[in-house]
Amino acid sequence: MIALSVEDLSFAYGAKKALDHVSFNVEAGECTILLGPNGAGKSTLFSLITRLYDSREGKIALCGFDLKQNSRQALERLGVVFQQTTLDPDLSVSQNLRYHAALHGIGRKAADLRIQEELERLNMYERKDEKVRLLNGGHKRRVEIARALLHKPMILLLDEPTVGLDMPSRQAIVEHVHRLVKEQNLAVLWATHLIDEIADDDSLVLLHKGQIKAKGYINNVLQANDSKDIGHLFKQLTQGQIA
Amino acid sequence: MKLLHYWLAMTGIVGRELLRFLHQRERFISALVRPLVWLFVFAAGFRAALGIAISPPYETYILYEVYITPGLIGMIQLFNGMQSSLSMVYDREMGSMRMLMVCPLPRWFLLCSKLIAGTAVSVLQAYAFLGIAWLYDIQAPLMGYVWILPALLLSGMMLGALGLLLSSFIKQLENFAGVMNFVIFPLFFMSTALYPLWKIKESSEWLFTLAQYNPFSQAVELIRFALYEQLNLQALVFTAVAFLIFMGAAIVGYNPSRGMMVKKGGGG
Repeated sequence: MIALSVEDLSFAYGAKKALDHVSFNVEAGECTILLGPNGAGKSTLFSLITRLYDSREGKIALCGFDLKQNSRQALERLGVVFQQTTLDPDLSVSQNLRYHAALHGIGRKAADLRIQEELERLNMYERKDEKVRLLNGGHKRRVEIARALLHKPMILLLDEPTVGLDMPSRQAIVEHVHRLVKEQNLAVLWATHLIDEIADDDSLVLLHKGQIKAKGYINNVLQANDSKDIGHLFKQLTQGQIA
Repeated sequence: MKLLHYWLAMTGIVGRELLRFLHQRERFISALVRPLVWLFVFAAGFRAALGIAISPPYETYILYEVYITPGLIGMIQLFNGMQSSLSMVYDREMGSMRMLMVCPLPRWFLLCSKLIAGTAVSVLQAYAFLGIAWLYDIQAPLMGYVWILPALLLSGMMLGALGLLLSSFIKQLENFAGVMNFVIFPLFFMSTALYPLWKIKESSEWLFTLAQYNPFSQAVELIRFALYEQLNLQALVFTAVAFLIFMGAAIVGYNPSRGMMVKKGGGG
Protein backbone atom coordinates (compact mmCIF):
# COMPACT_ATOMS: atom_id res chain seq x y z
CA MET A 1 0.00 0.00 0.00
CA ILE A 2 1.25 3.49 -0.82
CA ALA A 3 1.42 5.41 2.48
CA LEU A 4 2.75 8.67 1.06
CA SER A 5 2.41 9.85 -2.47
CA VAL A 6 4.05 13.03 -3.72
CA GLU A 7 3.04 13.85 -7.26
CA ASP A 8 4.59 16.50 -9.49
CA LEU A 9 5.11 18.85 -6.55
CA SER A 10 6.56 22.33 -7.13
CA PHE A 11 6.95 25.19 -4.68
CA ALA A 12 8.60 28.61 -4.76
CA TYR A 13 9.31 31.35 -2.23
CA GLY A 14 8.56 34.33 -4.46
CA ALA A 15 10.81 33.93 -7.48
CA LYS A 16 13.06 31.36 -5.80
CA LYS A 17 12.12 27.82 -6.74
CA ALA A 18 12.51 25.42 -3.80
CA LEU A 19 10.94 22.28 -5.29
CA ASP A 20 10.71 21.50 -8.98
CA HIS A 21 8.29 18.76 -10.14
CA VAL A 22 9.10 16.32 -7.34
CA SER A 23 7.38 12.92 -7.44
CA PHE A 24 7.92 9.81 -5.31
CA ASN A 25 6.04 7.25 -3.20
CA VAL A 26 6.70 5.71 0.20
CA GLU A 27 5.21 2.24 0.68
CA ALA A 28 3.98 0.75 3.96
CA GLY A 29 6.71 -1.34 5.60
CA GLU A 30 9.42 0.67 3.87
CA CYS A 31 12.02 3.11 5.16
CA THR A 32 12.76 5.81 2.60
CA ILE A 33 15.80 7.99 3.15
CA LEU A 34 15.56 11.57 1.94
CA LEU A 35 19.11 12.65 1.24
CA GLY A 36 20.25 16.04 0.05
CA PRO A 37 22.68 18.87 0.80
CA ASN A 38 21.63 22.06 2.57
CA GLY A 39 19.19 24.04 0.47
CA ALA A 40 18.11 20.95 -1.48
CA GLY A 41 14.47 21.49 -0.52
CA LYS A 42 14.12 18.87 2.25
CA SER A 43 12.69 21.29 4.83
CA THR A 44 10.28 22.73 2.28
CA LEU A 45 9.15 19.23 1.39
CA PHE A 46 8.56 18.41 5.09
CA SER A 47 6.70 21.71 5.56
CA LEU A 48 4.42 20.81 2.66
CA ILE A 49 3.79 17.23 3.85
CA THR A 50 2.98 18.51 7.36
CA ARG A 51 0.79 21.24 5.79
CA LEU A 52 2.64 24.17 7.27
CA TYR A 53 2.35 25.49 3.72
CA ASP A 54 0.03 24.45 0.92
CA SER A 55 1.40 23.61 -2.47
CA ARG A 56 -0.11 25.37 -5.45
CA GLU A 57 1.32 22.89 -7.94
CA GLY A 58 1.23 19.14 -7.50
CA LYS A 59 -0.42 16.80 -5.05
CA ILE A 60 0.36 15.10 -1.74
CA ALA A 61 -1.69 12.18 -0.45
CA LEU A 62 -1.35 10.22 2.78
CA CYS A 63 -2.81 6.69 2.61
CA GLY A 64 -4.91 7.81 -0.35
CA PHE A 65 -6.26 10.95 1.34
CA ASP A 66 -5.46 14.18 -0.44
CA LEU A 67 -3.76 16.57 1.98
CA LYS A 68 -5.72 19.60 0.75
CA GLN A 69 -9.13 18.04 0.19
CA ASN A 70 -9.16 15.62 3.16
CA SER A 71 -6.55 17.13 5.46
CA ARG A 72 -8.12 15.73 8.64
CA GLN A 73 -8.09 12.11 7.45
CA ALA A 74 -4.62 12.58 5.97
CA LEU A 75 -3.04 14.17 9.06
CA GLU A 76 -4.59 11.54 11.36
CA ARG A 77 -2.32 9.00 9.68
CA LEU A 78 0.84 11.05 10.06
CA GLY A 79 3.41 11.06 12.88
CA VAL A 80 6.27 13.58 12.84
CA VAL A 81 9.58 14.09 14.60
CA PHE A 82 10.85 17.54 13.72
CA GLN A 83 14.49 18.53 13.51
CA GLN A 84 14.29 20.79 16.57
CA THR A 85 13.01 19.44 19.85
CA THR A 86 9.36 20.36 20.17
CA LEU A 87 8.79 19.13 23.72
CA ASP A 88 7.86 21.58 26.45
CA PRO A 89 10.89 21.60 28.78
CA ASP A 90 8.90 22.76 31.82
CA LEU A 91 6.44 19.87 31.64
CA SER A 92 7.06 16.22 32.50
CA VAL A 93 7.41 13.49 29.88
CA SER A 94 3.88 12.20 30.49
CA GLN A 95 2.37 15.72 30.50
CA ASN A 96 3.95 16.34 27.10
CA LEU A 97 2.64 13.04 25.76
CA ARG A 98 -0.86 13.56 27.18
CA TYR A 99 -1.00 16.95 25.43
CA HIS A 100 -0.21 15.29 22.11
CA ALA A 101 -2.81 12.55 22.80
CA ALA A 102 -5.45 15.23 23.51
CA LEU A 103 -4.66 16.95 20.20
CA HIS A 104 -5.38 13.66 18.48
CA GLY A 105 -8.64 13.10 20.37
CA ILE A 106 -7.35 10.32 22.62
CA GLY A 107 -8.98 10.31 26.09
CA ARG A 108 -6.99 10.23 29.33
CA LYS A 109 -7.31 6.48 30.08
CA ALA A 110 -6.46 5.32 26.56
CA ALA A 111 -3.67 7.91 26.42
CA ASP A 112 -2.07 6.60 29.63
CA LEU A 113 -2.11 3.04 28.27
CA ARG A 114 -0.54 4.08 24.98
CA ILE A 115 2.04 6.25 26.74
CA GLN A 116 3.06 3.26 28.85
CA GLU A 117 3.24 1.01 25.76
CA GLU A 118 5.37 3.41 23.70
CA LEU A 119 7.67 4.50 26.53
CA GLU A 120 8.28 0.90 27.63
CA ARG A 121 9.27 0.01 24.09
CA LEU A 122 11.98 2.69 24.33
CA ASN A 123 12.95 1.92 27.96
CA MET A 124 11.74 5.34 29.08
CA TYR A 125 8.66 4.48 31.15
CA GLU A 126 10.38 4.83 34.51
CA ARG A 127 11.25 8.43 33.56
CA LYS A 128 7.69 9.45 32.70
CA ASP A 129 7.40 11.86 35.64
CA GLU A 130 10.70 13.65 35.01
CA LYS A 131 10.74 17.13 33.56
CA VAL A 132 11.90 17.14 29.93
CA ARG A 133 14.50 19.78 30.82
CA LEU A 134 16.36 17.12 32.85
CA LEU A 135 16.63 14.60 29.99
CA ASN A 136 19.67 14.33 27.73
CA GLY A 137 19.41 14.81 23.96
CA GLY A 138 19.08 11.09 23.19
CA HIS A 139 16.30 10.58 25.72
CA LYS A 140 14.42 13.65 24.45
CA ARG A 141 14.52 12.15 20.97
CA ARG A 142 13.18 8.84 22.26
CA VAL A 143 10.29 10.68 23.91
CA GLU A 144 9.59 12.49 20.64
CA ILE A 145 9.52 9.22 18.73
CA ALA A 146 7.15 7.76 21.36
CA ARG A 147 4.97 10.85 20.99
CA ALA A 148 4.91 10.63 17.19
CA LEU A 149 3.65 7.03 17.48
CA LEU A 150 1.01 7.61 20.21
CA HIS A 151 -1.89 8.00 17.80
CA LYS A 152 -0.74 4.94 15.80
CA PRO A 153 0.11 6.65 12.51
CA MET A 154 0.65 4.77 9.23
CA ILE A 155 3.53 7.00 8.19
CA LEU A 156 6.30 8.51 10.25
CA LEU A 157 8.30 11.56 9.13
CA LEU A 158 11.70 12.06 10.73
CA ASP A 159 13.55 15.29 10.01
CA GLU A 160 17.20 14.64 10.86
CA PRO A 161 16.29 13.14 14.23
CA THR A 162 19.83 12.11 15.20
CA VAL A 163 21.60 15.44 14.70
CA GLY A 164 23.70 16.29 17.75
CA LEU A 165 23.40 12.85 19.35
CA ASP A 166 26.26 10.59 20.39
CA MET A 167 26.97 7.34 18.54
CA PRO A 168 25.12 4.90 20.89
CA SER A 169 21.99 7.14 20.94
CA ARG A 170 22.05 7.44 17.15
CA GLN A 171 22.47 3.70 16.79
CA ALA A 172 19.57 3.01 19.17
CA ILE A 173 17.23 5.30 17.24
CA VAL A 174 18.21 3.91 13.84
CA GLU A 175 17.63 0.34 15.08
CA HIS A 176 14.33 1.21 16.76
CA VAL A 177 12.90 2.88 13.66
CA HIS A 178 13.97 0.03 11.36
CA ARG A 179 12.39 -2.44 13.80
CA LEU A 180 9.11 -0.47 13.69
CA VAL A 181 9.15 -0.60 9.90
CA LYS A 182 9.48 -4.39 9.94
CA GLU A 183 7.26 -5.24 12.90
CA GLN A 184 4.46 -2.71 12.46
CA ASN A 185 4.48 -2.27 8.71
CA LEU A 186 5.12 1.45 9.28
CA ALA A 187 6.11 3.69 6.37
CA VAL A 188 9.02 6.00 7.23
CA LEU A 189 10.41 9.04 5.43
CA TRP A 190 13.72 9.90 7.08
CA ALA A 191 15.63 13.05 6.14
CA THR A 192 19.27 12.73 7.05
CA HIS A 193 22.77 13.95 6.29
CA LEU A 194 24.40 10.92 7.81
CA ILE A 195 25.10 8.25 5.25
CA ASP A 196 25.97 5.60 7.86
CA GLU A 197 22.34 5.61 9.03
CA ILE A 198 21.16 4.10 5.76
CA ALA A 199 20.43 0.33 5.76
CA ASP A 200 20.93 -1.84 2.68
CA ASP A 201 17.22 -2.54 2.22
CA ASP A 202 16.13 1.09 2.55
CA SER A 203 14.93 3.04 -0.41
CA LEU A 204 16.38 6.41 -1.33
CA VAL A 205 15.24 9.78 -2.65
CA LEU A 206 18.17 12.07 -3.47
CA LEU A 207 17.17 15.71 -3.69
CA HIS A 208 19.38 18.46 -5.05
CA LYS A 209 18.40 22.07 -5.83
CA GLY A 210 14.73 21.16 -5.57
CA GLN A 211 14.92 18.28 -8.05
CA ILE A 212 15.07 14.53 -7.56
CA LYS A 213 18.41 13.22 -8.82
CA ALA A 214 17.86 9.57 -7.92
CA LYS A 215 15.18 7.39 -6.34
CA GLY A 216 14.56 3.70 -5.70
CA TYR A 217 16.06 0.88 -3.63
CA ILE A 218 19.65 1.56 -2.66
CA ASN A 219 21.17 -1.30 -4.67
CA ASN A 220 19.18 -0.43 -7.77
CA VAL A 221 20.15 3.23 -7.54
CA LEU A 222 23.83 2.38 -7.05
CA GLN A 223 23.73 0.01 -10.01
CA ALA A 224 21.91 2.46 -12.27
CA ASN A 225 24.46 5.19 -11.53
CA ASP A 226 27.46 2.90 -11.56
CA SER A 227 28.41 3.93 -8.02
CA LYS A 228 30.24 1.82 -5.45
CA ASP A 229 28.57 3.35 -2.38
CA ILE A 230 26.16 6.06 -1.22
CA GLY A 231 28.96 8.53 -0.47
CA HIS A 232 30.26 8.23 -4.00
CA LEU A 233 26.77 8.47 -5.45
CA PHE A 234 26.02 11.56 -3.38
CA LYS A 235 29.18 13.31 -4.62
CA GLN A 236 28.49 12.27 -8.17
CA LEU A 237 24.93 13.57 -8.25
CA THR A 238 25.40 16.77 -6.25
CA GLN A 239 28.68 17.81 -7.86
CA GLY A 240 30.58 17.19 -4.63
CA GLN A 241 28.51 19.50 -2.48
CA ILE A 242 28.93 18.67 1.21
CA ALA A 243 25.83 17.25 2.91
CA MET B 1 -16.94 11.33 18.16
CA LYS B 2 -15.77 14.35 16.22
CA LEU B 3 -17.11 16.71 18.89
CA LEU B 4 -15.29 14.74 21.57
CA HIS B 5 -12.05 15.16 19.63
CA TYR B 6 -12.59 18.93 19.51
CA TRP B 7 -13.35 19.01 23.24
CA LEU B 8 -10.31 16.91 24.17
CA ALA B 9 -8.03 19.03 22.00
CA MET B 10 -9.30 22.30 23.44
CA THR B 11 -9.04 21.14 27.05
CA GLY B 12 -5.57 19.79 26.23
CA ILE B 13 -4.41 23.16 24.86
CA VAL B 14 -5.95 25.16 27.74
CA GLY B 15 -4.63 22.67 30.32
CA ARG B 16 -1.12 22.88 28.90
CA GLU B 17 -1.15 26.69 29.01
CA LEU B 18 -2.34 26.68 32.64
CA LEU B 19 0.28 24.09 33.59
CA ARG B 20 2.99 26.17 31.95
CA PHE B 21 1.73 29.22 33.76
CA LEU B 22 1.83 27.44 37.13
CA HIS B 23 5.35 26.21 36.45
CA GLN B 24 6.55 29.67 35.54
CA ARG B 25 5.96 31.51 38.84
CA GLU B 26 8.13 34.43 37.82
CA ARG B 27 5.76 35.03 34.89
CA PHE B 28 2.82 35.25 37.31
CA ILE B 29 4.68 37.58 39.66
CA SER B 30 5.94 39.89 36.91
CA ALA B 31 2.43 40.05 35.42
CA LEU B 32 1.20 41.35 38.78
CA VAL B 33 4.14 43.58 39.69
CA ARG B 34 3.69 45.84 36.64
CA PRO B 35 0.10 46.99 37.38
CA LEU B 36 0.76 47.06 41.12
CA VAL B 37 3.63 49.50 40.66
CA TRP B 38 1.27 51.69 38.64
CA LEU B 39 -1.38 51.42 41.32
CA PHE B 40 0.82 51.98 44.38
CA VAL B 41 3.31 54.46 42.94
CA PHE B 42 1.99 56.20 39.85
CA ALA B 43 -1.66 56.50 40.94
CA ALA B 44 -0.67 57.67 44.41
CA GLY B 45 1.15 60.62 42.87
CA PHE B 46 -1.87 61.57 40.74
CA ARG B 47 -4.50 61.18 43.45
CA ALA B 48 -6.27 64.41 42.68
CA ALA B 49 -5.84 64.19 38.92
CA LEU B 50 -9.55 63.80 38.21
CA GLY B 51 -10.61 66.95 40.03
CA ILE B 52 -14.22 67.10 41.09
CA ALA B 53 -16.00 65.68 38.03
CA ILE B 54 -18.22 62.62 38.30
CA SER B 55 -18.58 60.41 35.23
CA PRO B 56 -20.39 57.09 34.73
CA PRO B 57 -20.25 54.34 35.90
CA TYR B 58 -19.14 56.12 39.07
CA GLU B 59 -21.90 57.76 41.10
CA THR B 60 -19.70 59.77 43.39
CA TYR B 61 -16.26 61.35 43.55
CA ILE B 62 -13.55 58.77 43.24
CA LEU B 63 -9.85 58.62 43.88
CA TYR B 64 -7.52 58.20 40.92
CA GLU B 65 -6.59 54.71 42.20
CA VAL B 66 -10.22 53.67 41.76
CA TYR B 67 -10.36 55.12 38.25
CA ILE B 68 -7.13 53.52 37.12
CA THR B 69 -7.94 49.98 38.37
CA PRO B 70 -9.96 48.82 35.28
CA GLY B 71 -7.27 50.34 33.07
CA LEU B 72 -4.63 48.30 34.87
CA ILE B 73 -6.71 45.14 34.43
CA GLY B 74 -6.75 46.02 30.73
CA MET B 75 -2.97 46.45 30.95
CA ILE B 76 -2.63 42.93 32.39
CA GLN B 77 -4.66 41.54 29.50
CA LEU B 78 -2.82 43.63 26.91
CA PHE B 79 0.58 42.41 28.12
CA ASN B 80 -0.72 38.86 28.41
CA GLY B 81 -2.01 39.00 24.83
CA MET B 82 1.40 40.22 23.67
CA GLN B 83 3.15 37.60 25.84
CA SER B 84 1.07 34.90 24.15
CA SER B 85 2.00 36.40 20.81
CA LEU B 86 5.67 36.35 21.84
CA SER B 87 5.37 32.72 22.88
CA MET B 88 3.77 31.91 19.50
CA VAL B 89 6.76 33.45 17.70
CA TYR B 90 9.09 31.60 20.09
CA ASP B 91 7.19 28.34 19.58
CA ARG B 92 7.37 28.84 15.85
CA GLU B 93 11.11 29.48 15.93
CA MET B 94 11.63 26.51 18.25
CA GLY B 95 9.31 24.34 16.18
CA SER B 96 6.70 23.44 18.80
CA MET B 97 4.12 25.50 16.92
CA ARG B 98 4.43 22.92 14.15
CA MET B 99 3.34 20.22 16.56
CA LEU B 100 0.06 22.03 17.01
CA MET B 101 -0.40 22.85 13.34
CA VAL B 102 0.15 19.27 12.21
CA CYS B 103 -2.69 17.87 14.33
CA PRO B 104 -5.80 16.80 12.40
CA LEU B 105 -8.09 19.69 13.32
CA PRO B 106 -8.96 22.89 11.43
CA ARG B 107 -6.42 25.65 11.93
CA TRP B 108 -9.05 28.20 12.97
CA PHE B 109 -10.08 25.88 15.80
CA LEU B 110 -6.50 25.43 16.98
CA LEU B 111 -5.93 29.19 16.97
CA CYS B 112 -9.20 29.79 18.85
CA SER B 113 -8.20 27.17 21.44
CA LYS B 114 -4.81 28.81 21.84
CA LEU B 115 -6.61 32.12 22.31
CA ILE B 116 -8.97 30.71 24.95
CA ALA B 117 -5.97 29.25 26.77
CA GLY B 118 -4.21 32.64 26.84
CA THR B 119 -7.39 34.37 27.96
CA ALA B 120 -7.88 31.89 30.82
CA VAL B 121 -4.42 32.80 32.09
CA SER B 122 -5.14 36.54 31.83
CA VAL B 123 -8.43 36.15 33.74
CA LEU B 124 -6.57 34.42 36.59
CA GLN B 125 -4.05 37.29 36.66
CA ALA B 126 -6.84 39.89 36.62
CA TYR B 127 -8.63 38.30 39.58
CA ALA B 128 -5.37 38.07 41.54
CA PHE B 129 -4.85 41.80 40.88
CA LEU B 130 -8.43 42.61 41.94
CA GLY B 131 -7.83 40.65 45.15
CA ILE B 132 -4.78 42.77 46.00
CA ALA B 133 -6.65 45.95 45.06
CA TRP B 134 -9.46 44.89 47.44
CA LEU B 135 -6.92 44.67 50.27
CA TYR B 136 -5.70 48.16 49.25
CA ASP B 137 -9.27 49.36 49.80
CA ILE B 138 -10.27 49.61 46.15
CA GLN B 139 -13.53 47.73 46.45
CA ALA B 140 -16.26 47.35 43.83
CA PRO B 141 -19.77 46.01 44.57
CA LEU B 142 -19.61 42.28 45.25
CA MET B 143 -21.66 41.32 42.18
CA GLY B 144 -19.29 43.43 40.08
CA TYR B 145 -16.71 40.68 40.52
CA VAL B 146 -19.13 38.29 38.80
CA TRP B 147 -20.23 40.77 36.12
CA ILE B 148 -16.64 41.42 35.19
CA LEU B 149 -15.98 37.78 34.17
CA PRO B 150 -17.69 37.87 30.72
CA ALA B 151 -16.14 41.30 30.13
CA LEU B 152 -12.68 39.92 30.95
CA LEU B 153 -13.27 36.96 28.65
CA LEU B 154 -14.23 39.17 25.70
CA SER B 155 -11.52 41.78 26.25
CA GLY B 156 -8.94 39.02 26.80
CA MET B 157 -10.01 37.33 23.57
CA MET B 158 -9.86 40.61 21.65
CA LEU B 159 -6.38 41.53 22.90
CA GLY B 160 -5.20 37.93 22.49
CA ALA B 161 -6.47 37.92 18.89
CA LEU B 162 -4.49 41.10 18.26
CA GLY B 163 -1.41 39.33 19.63
CA LEU B 164 -2.14 36.32 17.43
CA LEU B 165 -2.44 38.54 14.39
CA LEU B 166 0.86 40.25 15.19
CA SER B 167 2.58 36.90 15.68
CA SER B 168 1.61 35.89 12.16
CA PHE B 169 3.49 38.94 10.87
CA ILE B 170 6.56 38.87 13.12
CA LYS B 171 9.30 36.92 11.43
CA GLN B 172 11.79 36.63 14.25
CA LEU B 173 11.86 36.92 18.02
CA GLU B 174 14.21 39.92 17.80
CA ASN B 175 11.53 41.95 16.01
CA PHE B 176 9.32 41.71 19.05
CA ALA B 177 10.79 44.84 20.65
CA GLY B 178 9.19 46.80 17.82
CA VAL B 179 5.78 45.51 18.89
CA MET B 180 6.35 47.02 22.33
CA ASN B 181 7.11 50.43 20.84
CA PHE B 182 4.57 50.49 18.05
CA VAL B 183 1.65 48.56 19.51
CA ILE B 184 1.58 48.19 23.29
CA PHE B 185 2.64 51.72 24.29
CA PRO B 186 0.42 53.65 21.82
CA LEU B 187 -2.56 51.39 22.62
CA PHE B 188 -2.11 51.88 26.34
CA PHE B 189 -1.27 55.58 26.51
CA MET B 190 -3.80 56.67 23.88
CA SER B 191 -6.66 55.12 25.78
CA THR B 192 -9.01 55.71 28.68
CA ALA B 193 -6.93 53.44 30.90
CA LEU B 194 -5.17 56.36 32.60
CA TYR B 195 -7.46 59.35 31.95
CA PRO B 196 -11.16 59.69 31.14
CA LEU B 197 -12.14 60.82 27.64
CA TRP B 198 -13.33 64.26 28.78
CA LYS B 199 -9.94 64.90 30.35
CA ILE B 200 -8.16 63.90 27.11
CA LYS B 201 -10.51 66.14 25.11
CA GLU B 202 -9.54 69.11 27.24
CA SER B 203 -5.93 68.79 26.16
CA SER B 204 -6.13 67.56 22.55
CA GLU B 205 -8.96 66.99 20.09
CA TRP B 206 -7.05 64.54 17.86
CA LEU B 207 -5.86 62.54 20.86
CA PHE B 208 -9.50 62.41 21.99
CA THR B 209 -10.54 60.98 18.59
CA LEU B 210 -7.75 58.39 18.67
CA ALA B 211 -8.54 57.37 22.25
CA GLN B 212 -12.23 57.09 21.44
CA TYR B 213 -11.70 54.64 18.59
CA ASN B 214 -8.85 52.77 20.23
CA PRO B 215 -10.12 49.18 20.76
CA PHE B 216 -8.15 49.04 23.99
CA SER B 217 -10.18 52.02 25.34
CA GLN B 218 -13.38 50.18 24.54
CA ALA B 219 -12.16 47.02 26.28
CA VAL B 220 -11.21 49.07 29.36
CA GLU B 221 -14.62 50.76 29.42
CA LEU B 222 -16.35 47.40 29.09
CA ILE B 223 -14.39 46.17 32.13
CA ARG B 224 -14.95 49.44 34.06
CA PHE B 225 -18.74 49.36 33.63
CA ALA B 226 -18.98 45.61 34.33
CA LEU B 227 -17.09 46.04 37.58
CA TYR B 228 -19.85 48.42 38.68
CA GLU B 229 -22.62 46.06 37.50
CA GLN B 230 -23.40 48.04 34.36
CA LEU B 231 -23.33 47.21 30.67
CA ASN B 232 -21.65 49.62 28.28
CA LEU B 233 -23.30 48.49 25.05
CA GLN B 234 -21.12 50.59 22.77
CA ALA B 235 -17.96 49.18 24.35
CA LEU B 236 -19.37 45.65 24.09
CA VAL B 237 -20.18 45.96 20.38
CA PHE B 238 -16.90 47.71 19.59
CA THR B 239 -14.81 45.10 21.46
CA ALA B 240 -16.72 42.21 19.87
CA VAL B 241 -16.30 43.64 16.36
CA ALA B 242 -12.58 44.31 16.97
CA PHE B 243 -12.22 40.70 18.16
CA LEU B 244 -13.86 39.35 15.00
CA ILE B 245 -11.67 41.50 12.74
CA PHE B 246 -8.40 40.61 14.53
CA MET B 247 -9.29 36.92 14.72
CA GLY B 248 -10.35 36.76 11.06
CA ALA B 249 -7.09 38.41 9.99
CA ALA B 250 -5.04 36.09 12.25
CA ILE B 251 -6.71 33.02 10.71
CA VAL B 252 -5.82 34.32 7.24
CA GLY B 253 -2.29 35.02 8.50
CA TYR B 254 -1.90 31.40 9.59
CA ASN B 255 -3.61 29.95 6.51
CA PRO B 256 -1.21 27.49 4.84
CA SER B 257 -2.04 28.73 1.33
CA ARG B 258 -2.58 32.44 1.74
CA GLY B 259 -0.98 33.62 4.96
CA MET B 260 2.29 35.16 5.98
CA MET B 261 3.72 31.73 6.84
CA VAL B 262 4.24 31.04 3.14
CA LYS B 263 6.22 34.25 2.66
CA LYS B 264 8.56 33.46 5.55
CA GLY B 265 10.24 30.57 3.81
CA GLY B 266 12.31 27.68 5.12
CA GLY B 267 15.78 26.25 5.32
CA GLY B 268 17.11 23.19 3.57
